Amino acid sequence: MSSATTARSTQVTVELRVNGRTYPVRLDSTTTLLDALRDDLHLTGTKKGCDQGACGACTVLRDGKRIVSCLTLAAQCDGSEITTIEGISEDGHPHPLQEAFVRHDALQCGYCTTGQVMSAVALLREGRAGSDDEIREFMSGNLCRCAAYPNIVAAIREVAES
Amino acid sequence: MSDIGYVRAADQGSALALVAEDPDAVFLAGGTTELDLALKDQVVHPSRFVDIGRLPLRGVTRDGDRLRVAALTTMEELAADPTVRDRLPFVREALLLGASTQLRNMATIGGNLLQRTRCRYFRDPEVGACNKREPGSGCAAIKGVARMHAILGAGPTCIALHASDLCVPLVAMDAEVELLDADGTRTVPLTQFYRTPGDRPDVENVLRHGELVTHVQVPLLPAGARSGYLKVRDRTSYEFATTSAGAAITVEDGTITWARLGLGGVGTVPWRAWEAESVLVGAPANERTFRAAAEAAIRDPFTVPGTAFKVELAKRTIVRILRTVTS
Ligand SMILES: Cc1cc2nc3c(=O)[nH]c(=O)nc-3n(C[C@H](O)[C@H](O)[C@H](O)COP(=O)(O)OP(=O)(O)OC[C@H]3O[C@@H](n4cnc5c(N)ncnc54)[C@H](O)[C@@H]3O)c2cc1C
Ligand code: SF4
Ligand code: FES
Ligand code: FES
Repeated sequence: MSSATTARSTQVTVELRVNGRTYPVRLDSTTTLLDALRDDLHLTGTKKGCDQGACGACTVLRDGKRIVSCLTLAAQCDGSEITTIEGISEDGHPHPLQEAFVRHDALQCGYCTTGQVMSAVALLREGRAGSDDEIREFMSGNLCRCAAYPNIVAAIREVAES
Repeated sequence: MSDIGYVRAADQGSALALVAEDPDAVFLAGGTTELDLALKDQVVHPSRFVDIGRLPLRGVTRDGDRLRVAALTTMEELAADPTVRDRLPFVREALLLGASTQLRNMATIGGNLLQRTRCRYFRDPEVGACNKREPGSGCAAIKGVARMHAILGAGPTCIALHASDLCVPLVAMDAEVELLDADGTRTVPLTQFYRTPGDRPDVENVLRHGELVTHVQVPLLPAGARSGYLKVRDRTSYEFATTSAGAAITVEDGTITWARLGLGGVGTVPWRAWEAESVLVGAPANERTFRAAAEAAIRDPFTVPGTAFKVELAKRTIVRILRTVTS
């Protein structure tokens, strides 16, 4: 990695490790992880909602922990392990949470869904899906303008209990 | 496209030098305040981000009856610490009631102390009148839509709120901030770290340019003390405080023998309610005492029409948290 900038250049070379693959990229130093994923790596499953940390649509995992990719520089992630929605299926099968979201009709327009699923993947690992109240509280960083909340909670609960 | 540079600091010494040598360079920790203001709102204009995120300033150590928290520890990490859970429960509560899990995984303790106000006029570059951004330009919030603004430590120059939840129990506990620059280290009590706006709303604290927050020290609750943090907000979760209160109290035979009270959602700086504590200590733990303490805490507020409701709401918030921690 080389992230040094001179007075003139504000470009950085970053090694992004996403879903087990390594992508060396040269970016503007202020490119967010979200824009790098979508525009440079063409992994468009991660969505841009507010672009200011407020909605959770852009949630990904960094070294196993959920973060919002719109308030993270790609350069900050050099050397980190990033997981996006494209990386959670196993052997071509959807992740159990993805199947549960479908079964419970936990979406309408679907724009928030990839962020919801990534957040829920982390929620289960954190052990914070013990009750509906707990799910609601610790999923509150993911807004859904279609208000599919009851079905989102039901989908997560089903996977948590299985 | 922006012309802000980025450099990842290899070690503490180079981090200090990289910011000290350039008056417009800033430290970048989690980035949840800095990137928002610099890239999204574009109301601050750093020359470059000096990323301190990988410096080994992470983790919590216990030193007798004090906790020493390294500045790059995340909010989630501090909330999960067993000593915080047992001996500073209201610190944990304040942390977990702040922001979202995603943001708490990114946001650092040093950054939380240094987060900037949520005043919407400060965050809108189209607004010309903001003394915090442009000293002498006026204050759009005073005549504008004020709600998430301060009533204590505020004045006609600026009513911007310090919106941290974490800082509320920290000021109550007499936390101290360890600072480092090329001249060495100094330790500043958190209650003396911040400046109320006065005639310089742009100067928010005593931090010098290039000075790094390395640790925050927090005394543990004394044995037998109980604590709690109450956050009143416009939605159930994931929202800044409209008002909040963090209290720690010891009661013996019905009499309050030790009391600490911090307030959020009301101050231009994280607010320590000293006057209320004087009312509480030595008094019986009952409603009358709690109300008297609340009256003492919210004395001489500076309100505008949008914030006047906070006077009574803050008092009720205080009464309720005192009731909770003494019941
Ligand atoms: C949508 C949203 C909701 C939020 N809700 C809440 C809430 O409910 N409660 C709450 O308390 N907070 C809330 N926050 C604020 C959040 O807690 C802060 O943004 C965060 O703590 C800042 O930490 P950071 O590491 O990201 O700081 P950064 O953004 O990296 O830095 C913030 C500032 O501090 C400086 N800095 C950082 N670390 C150091 C250091 N070690 N030494 C010297 N200078 C340093 C930087 O130069 C910068 O000026 C919210 C934020 C967002 C975006
Ligand atoms: S309250 Fe302070 S930050 Fe907000 S517009 Fe007025 S001067 Fe600016
Ligand atoms: S797009 Fe990142 S939180 Fe909304
Ligand atoms: S399904 Fe439309 S925003 Fe959530």
